[in-house]
Amino acid sequence: MTPFAIELRNVRKSFADFHAVKGISLQIQQGEFFSLLGPSGCGKTTTLRMIAGFEQPTSGEIRLLGKEVSNQPPNRRNVNMVFQNYALFPHMTVFENVAFGLQTKKVPADEIKTRATEVLNAVRLPGMEARKPAQLSGGQQQRVALARALVNRPAVLLLDEPLGALDQKLRKEMQLELKRLQREVGITFIYVTHDQEEALTMSDRICVMHAGEVLQVDEPRALYEHPTSRFAADFIGTTNFLKGSLVSSEGKMATVNVEGLGPIRVEVALSLPAGQSVTLAVRPERLKLAAKAPENEDNQAVGKLSEIVFVGNDTHYFVALSNGVQIMVREQNQGEFPGAPSLEIGQRVYVFWSATSTSLLVD
Amino acid sequence: MLILYYLVLLVLLYIPIALLFLFSINNGLTFSFPLQGLTLHWYQDMLQNAALTNALVNSALVALLSSLAATTLGTSAAIALTRFKFKGKAIFLSVALMPLLVPLLIMGVALLLLFAALDVQRSLWSVGVAHTVVSLPYTLLILMARLVGFDSHLEEAAQDLGAGYLYTLRRVVLPMISPAMLAAMLIAFTVSFDEFVLASFLIGHEPTLPVFLYGQLRFANRFPQVVALAVLVMVASIGLVLLAERLRIAGTRAPVEKQTT
Repeated sequence: MTPFAIELRNVRKSFADFHAVKGISLQIQQGEFFSLLGPSGCGKTTTLRMIAGFEQPTSGEIRLLGKEVSNQPPNRRNVNMVFQNYALFPHMTVFENVAFGLQTKKVPADEIKTRATEVLNAVRLPGMEARKPAQLSGGQQQRVALARALVNRPAVLLLDEPLGALDQKLRKEMQLELKRLQREVGITFIYVTHDQEEALTMSDRICVMHAGEVLQVDEPRALYEHPTSRFAADFIGTTNFLKGSLVSSEGKMATVNVEGLGPIRVEVALSLPAGQSVTLAVRPERLKLAAKAPENEDNQAVGKLSEIVFVGNDTHYFVALSNGVQIMVREQNQGEFPGAPSLEIGQRVYVFWSATSTSLLVD
Repeated sequence: MLILYYLVLLVLLYIPIALLFLFSINNGLTFSFPLQGLTLHWYQDMLQNAALTNALVNSALVALLSSLAATTLGTSAAIALTRFKFKGKAIFLSVALMPLLVPLLIMGVALLLLFAALDVQRSLWSVGVAHTVVSLPYTLLILMARLVGFDSHLEEAAQDLGAGYLYTLRRVVLPMISPAMLAAMLIAFTVSFDEFVLASFLIGHEPTLPVFLYGQLRFANRFPQVVALAVLVMVASIGLVLLAERLRIAGTRAPVEKQTT
């Protein structure tokens, strides 16, 4: 049974009266690309810094490959960090920056040279050894920071929003680069970000955090399609919410009564008491529009088309349902809807979707 | 209106200095206009005056040693204050900066009494100690300013890469603050070199330059030499301070990034 790369057991961190991290437990597998995702102030960076050793947990345990490291100083832990603003040593060349970690461990000079050249090639920066950080672009500095950390062959690499300072196009390129690099070197990556698209692109698993707590840990697709909290559903992509109360459930199917819309069928994994107040979540791309009432659909609702917004590859249709709730339907632009004529604002429309596309969130 | 005040200020400050320069090249013993011809022989006489050059060397030595001591102590204190947690930081800082507030006369008397009580003979060493004390606020403030503006992530990065704190100091912090340390040392040097009050209380048999010059004032025929020397010292002091400022600013300038990939 291989030990977890990093295990957090009920870790808490408080600064005077402020509870930054409230008792979280995580198990991160070796070789995994694991993201901590959440808005500013949710505790993700504090958690990362505790793993690195720059903060001490107020209580709880942190284990690296099965060994407890909660009180070990950062210079003794076999983890390395890529900082948000890179933190390259400005008075040293690229080579000296990359060599630094090996020099602290008294690695012989020729081995340093080989390993440094190797890692600079891996991050696609060959021949830059003699330059100083000030002579590099943002993207290049970021890769030097990566190289400087990776050359030490840490058990875990920690990344604190490393792509934040880059422009949009470069960010997207670097996201794929990082994923490729992680696969190549096989090191566990723990990545902190507030950008949900970034997390979805790169991660094997995502941990959604909010106000110091872990809300959900799942693979990207599972997290997207079956969020278990309203916050996760709202934070990741866009979601339509319908409030209602549970009428009945048999096996995997449940019926929820949504005010003004009637019974809605939803696929569930757990059994709940009747009368339980719940929120249903449906992704905009799982909803379909029609001018006429559809037949044989799990769920449908009627409303008035209030707005049509063209956003390039998609069109967003905003519909005011008969119960007053405003929802959004997203359709990819590939010509007309099959079977639906082009729609006009103010028109009466039918919205329909399947039970499996619906998520049930307990309030 | 502000410009007017500024001009008045400049004039009041620099007219005496300009006059000083004029009379150092004046070929006469009295300080009145019109000038009696231009000459450089006062400078020559000055350089050949053994007592004068001796005092010059004394001042230089005292300034060098006291500035070294003040910079070392100031840097250590600045690192402690900006990087470590301990109780009583505010008190520590106030005490360290107190020499700026205490009149030099009072400090001179106090140190005189201290050395007498400790049975230490007055000498250039006692002057050196006094100068270290009065230079310390300057070095401390210069180094603190530099360290506060220093990206703390750099030290974290060094530790993350396996460096202990001393190694981090040696390879990351000190190289980066060395321009500020040099600037602090130059300022401390000028403070010591020009200092008169404490020196006059605490010298033994050997005079420092300001004290020596004061003693020469009674000899009217030697006065132009004094003026010549004063001009030289002033030019050197201004030069050192300008150099110190340039070093300090250059050491804090953030690198400029290119925008290409």
